[in-house]
Amino acid sequence: MEIITSTQLEDLSKGFSGRILLRKEIPLDKPTFQHFLEHQYLIPQQSIINKVFTHQCLRCGNEKKSLFAKIPCSICNGIHLYCRKCIQMGRVTECEPLYTWGGPPPNWPTYEQPCSWDGTLTQGQQQASNHMVQAIRNGEKEYLIWAVCGAGKTEMIFPAITETLQQGKRICIATPRADVVRELYPRLQKAFEEVPVQALYGGSETKDASAQLIIATTHQLLRFQHAFDVIIIDEIDAFPFNKDPSLPFSANRAKKQDSTMIYLTATPRKDHQRRIMKQSLPHTFVPVRFHGHPLPIPTTRICFSLKKDLDEYRFPKAFYKWLSKRENSKRQLLIFVPTIKLAEKMKDSLASILKKENIISSEKMLTSVHAEDIDREEKVIQFRQKKITVMVTTTILERGVTFPSVDVAIIDAGHVVFDEAALVQIAGRAGRSADDPNGEVIFFHDGKTEAMERAIASINKMNKRGGFET
Amino acid sequence: MNCAWCDTEIILQLSWANLMMLEKAEILCPECKFDLEWIQGNRCDRCSRNTNEKRCTDCQWWEKQKENGSFLFNYSIFSYNPFMKEVIAKWKYRGDYYLGYIFENYVMEAFREKFSFLKKEGLVVPIPLSEERLLERGFNQAKMIADFLPLETKELLTRLHGEKQSKKSRKERILTGSPFFITETINKPVLLVDDIYTTGTTLRHAARLLMEHGCPSVYALTLVRG
Ligand SMILES: [Zn+2]
Ligand SMILES: [Zn+2]
Ligand SMILES: [Zn+2]
Ligand SMILES: [Zn+2]
Repeated sequence: MEIITSTQLEDLSKGFSGRILLRKEIPLDKPTFQHFLEHQYLIPQQSIINKVFTHQCLRCGNEKKSLFAKIPCSICNGIHLYCRKCIQMGRVTECEPLYTWGGPPPNWPTYEQPCSWDGTLTQGQQQASNHMVQAIRNGEKEYLIWAVCGAGKTEMIFPAITETLQQGKRICIATPRADVVRELYPRLQKAFEEVPVQALYGGSETKDASAQLIIATTHQLLRFQHAFDVIIIDEIDAFPFNKDPSLPFSANRAKKQDSTMIYLTATPRKDHQRRIMKQSLPHTFVPVRFHGHPLPIPTTRICFSLKKDLDEYRFPKAFYKWLSKRENSKRQLLIFVPTIKLAEKMKDSLASILKKENIISSEKMLTSVHAEDIDREEKVIQFRQKKITVMVTTTILERGVTFPSVDVAIIDAGHVVFDEAALVQIAGRAGRSADDPNGEVIFFHDGKTEAMERAIASINKMNKRGGFET
Repeated sequence: MNCAWCDTEIILQLSWANLMMLEKAEILCPECKFDLEWIQGNRCDRCSRNTNEKRCTDCQWWEKQKENGSFLFNYSIFSYNPFMKEVIAKWKYRGDYYLGYIFENYVMEAFREKFSFLKKEGLVVPIPLSEERLLERGFNQAKMIADFLPLETKELLTRLHGEKQSKKSRKERILTGSPFFITETINKPVLLVDDIYTTGTTLRHAARLLMEHGCPSVYALTLVRG
């Protein structure tokens, strides 16, 4: 057995405390591992339990029957249940326990001035961030920031991170999508130069989760238990957080008993709106974008043979008409369509007309993107670098990504995938930079839906709350 | 019943085949099934690679080497498209055992079409994993495929732990010696089974060893042609 020094023990404590681990995630040799078990530095617990008519995986909370299966075990020759739901993070099998840390708790450092960002916050940002800091100081359980698309949420959370680090506490910024983690991680590390930051997402380089400041996909919260003093959940309303029950399960488990959860959203879901109305969820509203201009209001265009056009992968006439009369033809163009198939097929019918309108000079400047596209990241980068001018996309780009100067068209805006929140988010892609704070947002449809009307009403309402005449 | 890949509910399509219990129920939804890519068109009669020649240049080269003994032919079912890569990765490396059942019907079908002549006396031999690898993953994906077939499965071969095969370059893999061992002699034809055919080296090593131990003829069935 290796001799463990006190520094090593401190490191192990940082790496293991607040985690929920499989044996293969614990890099200790057999005798050391045994020793840790005997001293209850590591505590085994059952991994899959039986429930009425089903089972539950105690790592991810999964109770869905179709997401359990059986596997013959080459160790004990039995047949075991395993969880298919969280298998990307290593297989949880009935015959292997999960381990938690029972040794000495880690000592996180306290920082005096951890924040190296020297920008200034707008008045709205400042107010929201003051309230977050207060919530952390007062040990509030939950706090919600309702900030319009483009309010500048990232900078807003810096003071909250600073406060946590000054108290010598641990914090996690969780966001639903890996793209966003990858984008935020370098910004965060730059804003907190002296503080080691770890980024966790499926396929991330580090599987290690021993930092005081962590940025992770909400999915990665599954790796933790009673770990964080502060958790900031970005885009709390976004898929998959709102659809996958294991995510709230794990967020709840990842926080410490005395902790503060902060939710950020531009489009809160019904349950949060209800709690805001009933005043059971403290919140701050940030109705103004960082550049001080109002949100672009979508306009609607009716298309009479829309379904037929889409069946033949054609754009509606009204779209072409709009294309030739845009306010500012220098803007890039984001075109949202309801399905992956439409994204792939409709793109092709667009090239010649875009050339004719002088919007693109070569076919390379037009592309499509969707969730299953392996070149997705690269295409988004090229669009940002303006090597691509026109992108046909599914709702995959509805949020999280920011381009400075785009017009936005939604084809078949009445489709069920475009619910109120999606429409508000998509409209929020336009007018993001101070240099070009406007942008056209057009809903092409063959019959206005409630979602479209509510989205437009809610954008108008936000502008009104921001003090803009509408 | 939910789709084994995307977990959406599958509406059961009743057909004579499943009513008569001739086929097991499909466990992929129609959309996921659409992403599977069957090898179609002309293919090499030795290795299943898509080619317009009767026999591909690689196989012609191997014949000229006058190596003693190899498999007579390999039949692969699917192309290694991005969807298949994802499925295989999750099944084999992540260890989602259940995903293997996606292939049950298709493996049976390929067997009926190409290897039914083995039915009288043939043996199925899965390409083994090393002991270490087996403990790590918990199951051998080739064995899972082999067990779908209506022949006796015999794990005749054992494998020594080497460097991770997949990390070696193509050239290295062809040059390195056989990782396999065998302790019995056999006098029946053998159908070797593996998940992926890439260079064919693994199968050639296994086939040669079997033939050196009395096996009269060796064939191969692989799920995917890499
Ligand atoms: Zn699980
Ligand atoms: Zn076991
Ligand atoms: Zn499916
Ligand atoms: Zn060939």
